[in-house]
Amino acid sequence: MLSSPPARAVGKTDARKPSGTVATLWERADKRVLALVLVLGILVAVGGYTEPDTFLRVNNLRNILTQSSIVGVVAVGMTLVIIGGGIDLSVGAIVALSSVWATTVATQEYGFWGILVTGLLVAVGCGLINGLLIAYEGLVPFIATLAMLASARGMAVWISDGKTQRVTVENAAVTDLGLPDARVLGIPPLVMIFAGIAILGWLVLNRTSFGRRTVAVGGNPEAARLAGIDVRRQRLYLYVISGLCCGIAAFMLTVFTGSGQNTNGNLYELDAIAAAIIGGTLLSGGRGTIVGSVLGVLVFTTITNIFSLNNLQSDVQQIAKGAIIVAAVVIQNRTSRTAAET
Amino acid sequence: MSQSSLPSRRNMLFGAAAVSATALLTSCTSNENNDDPEPDTQAQVSDEKPGKQVTIGFAGPQADHGWLNAINDNARKRAGTYKDVKLEITEGSNDAAAQDGQIQTLIDKKVDVLVILPADGKAMTQAGLKAMQAGIPVINLDRIFDSPQAYRTWIGGDNYGMGLNAARYIGEALKDKANATVVELAGIDNLELTRQRTQGFDDGLKNYPNIKKVARQAAEFTVESGQRKMTDLLQAQPKFDALWNHDDDQGDGALQAIKQAGREGFLMVGGAGSKNAMDNIKADNSVLKATVLYPPTMAASAIDLARALGQGKGVGGLAEFEIPASLTLFSAVVDKTNVDQYMPTGFK
Repeated sequence: MLSSPPARAVGKTDARKPSGTVATLWERADKRVLALVLVLGILVAVGGYTEPDTFLRVNNLRNILTQSSIVGVVAVGMTLVIIGGGIDLSVGAIVALSSVWATTVATQEYGFWGILVTGLLVAVGCGLINGLLIAYEGLVPFIATLAMLASARGMAVWISDGKTQRVTVENAAVTDLGLPDARVLGIPPLVMIFAGIAILGWLVLNRTSFGRRTVAVGGNPEAARLAGIDVRRQRLYLYVISGLCCGIAAFMLTVFTGSGQNTNGNLYELDAIAAAIIGGTLLSGGRGTIVGSVLGVLVFTTITNIFSLNNLQSDVQQIAKGAIIVAAVVIQNRTSRTAAET
Repeated sequence: MSQSSLPSRRNMLFGAAAVSATALLTSCTSNENNDDPEPDTQAQVSDEKPGKQVTIGFAGPQADHGWLNAINDNARKRAGTYKDVKLEITEGSNDAAAQDGQIQTLIDKKVDVLVILPADGKAMTQAGLKAMQAGIPVINLDRIFDSPQAYRTWIGGDNYGMGLNAARYIGEALKDKANATVVELAGIDNLELTRQRTQGFDDGLKNYPNIKKVARQAAEFTVESGQRKMTDLLQAQPKFDALWNHDDDQGDGALQAIKQAGREGFLMVGGAGSKNAMDNIKADNSVLKATVLYPPTMAASAIDLARALGQGKGVGGLAEFEIPASLTLFSAVVDKTNVDQYMPTGFK
C-alpha cells in the first residue's frame, strides 16, 4: 500500500517549511546518500592520515576511480533491477561468459569491434533469457538468476576449456585503452565509460517515464498493473539492461586484463548488491538511487585501497571490511532515523 | 721289542691318517654352493613394454586454472601412451564434499590404483584413508594428506623450495645493490602452499642482508585479481627493485597492471612456469626475467608411479623393488639461458 506521510505531533508548528535553496536541497536529499558521503569522507581522512605520501596523490585517486569502474557499471544495472522489485545473481557469471566468448580465437579474428560487439550481444542475450523466464514464465528472480549463474559459468569454463584466452597482439587496440597514453585530460577511458553509464542510469531513473514505471513496478506491482503499466515488459527490460551493463563491464575487464578467463567476475553479484544496499536501495524494491550505488562502490574500493597502501594482510582486510560495512549501515540507519523523526 | 730303521707300523698308519685327514680338511674349505642358483637382486622396473592391465582412477580439483588444466592434460596424455592402462577420470571439483563423492565413486568402481589431487589435503584425508582401507593404494598428488596412512606414495612440488629458489635468484641479481627493496605478489592466502612459498622466500632473503621485503599482497591465482592487486602494490610502493609473483597466470594480469602504470626498472620473477611467461622471458621485452617452476608434469609422473604400483614393479634407476613412499620435485629456475629447454613443459 502507499505509505502515509510521517505523522507530526499535533500543535507543533511545521518547522520544515523550506526556506532557501540549501534548505530545499537538504530536505529533498536522500539521507542515506548523505550518510554515505560522510562515510567516504571519513575513509579519505583515514587514508590521508595513515599514508599521507601515497593516498592523497592524484594517481591514487585516479586508481580508486579506475578500480571502481567495472563493478560500478554492474552496480548501475543491478540498482535498476532491484528498484524494479527483482534481483540478479548472475551478473558475475554473465561477465565471465561475455569476456570468454569475446576472446575466443574465432571472435578475435573480427578485431576490436568483434570483441566488443560479441561480448555485448552475449551479455544482452543472457539478460534476455533471465527477463523472459522471470517476467513471462513467472520464475522467482532468485531462482532464475541462480540458474543462469550456474549455466553461464559452466559455459564459460566449457568454451575456454579452463584456459586463459589472451588478447592477441593484432588486437592490441583493446588493451591500449587501459594504458596511460589513452587518457583524456588525465582521465582514463574506463572511468569515462563508468561516469557515462552512471549518468545515463541516473537520467533514465529520474528523468524518464521508464524510470517512473520502474519505481512503480518495484514499489507496488499490482497497483502499477492496474494503472496500466505493462509490468511484465518492464521487468524484461530491466534484466536486459542489467545484462547490457555486464557486457560493458566484461569489455572493460578485457581491456584491463588483456584476456578472458572463466574465473572473471568472481562474486560481482555480492559486490554490486552490497553497493546498492549501502547506497540506500531497498532490497524489496520501489526505492533507490544511482548516486547511492556509485558511492557504495567507491566506499568499497577506497577501503581496499587503504588496506593495500597500509600493507595489511589479506585476512585482516576481510575482517576489517566486514566491520566497516556494518559500521556504514549503522551510521546510515541512525542518520535516516533521526532525519525522519524531526 | 725288535730294533728297526723303518718307521714302525703304528707310526706309518698314524702318518697316513694325518696326511689324509689334512688333505680331506683342505678340500672342505671351499664355500661354493652349487645347489641353488643366487636369487636375482635386480629390481623389476616398469617400462614401456606392456604388462599387466591396470585401471587407474584420477580425482583432481576443478580445472579453472592453467596449471590445474595442465595437470589433467598431462595425466590424460601419459595414460594414453600406455596400452595397459585404463584411466577413469572424475570431473574436478573444489568442494571437499563433492570431491569426496567422486572418490567414493572411484572406490566403488574398484580401480586398481587411485591418484588423488585433493582440493585441500587436510579436508580430504578421510577420503584417502577410506580408499587405502578399501584395499586401493593411493598416490597423493601435490597437496598432501594429513595422515601418512591415507596414501601409499606422495609426489608433489616443493612450495618452500620455490620461494627459496626465487629468493636466491633475486638475491644474486641484487647482491651488489645497497638497501635493495623487494615486493611479493602471493596467491590465495588461505591455502597452506602460499604460506610455505612465502616462508621459503623470507628464509632465502635472510641470506642477503642488503635486501628488504617491503610489501606483500595476496591475489587469487586469476588474471583479474593479479591485475587488481598488482595495481595496488604499484600504488603503495612507488619504487622497488624486484618483484616475486607466485603464479604466472595471475602474473599475466600483473604484467598488464605494470604496463598500465607505465612502470619498469625492476626485476620480476614469476612462478609455476606457464608457457606465456616463458615466451615473455625468451622475448625479453618486459620486466619478467625468470620464473620458478612448479612442474605440472608431476601428474604424468604420478600416472607412471600408479602404473608401476599396479603392476608390482619399481622405478628405474633405483635399487628397491617398490616405488618410493615420497617424491619431491625440484623447482628449477627458468630464465633466458635455459628457457628453450623447458618450453615444452610450459602450461597454457
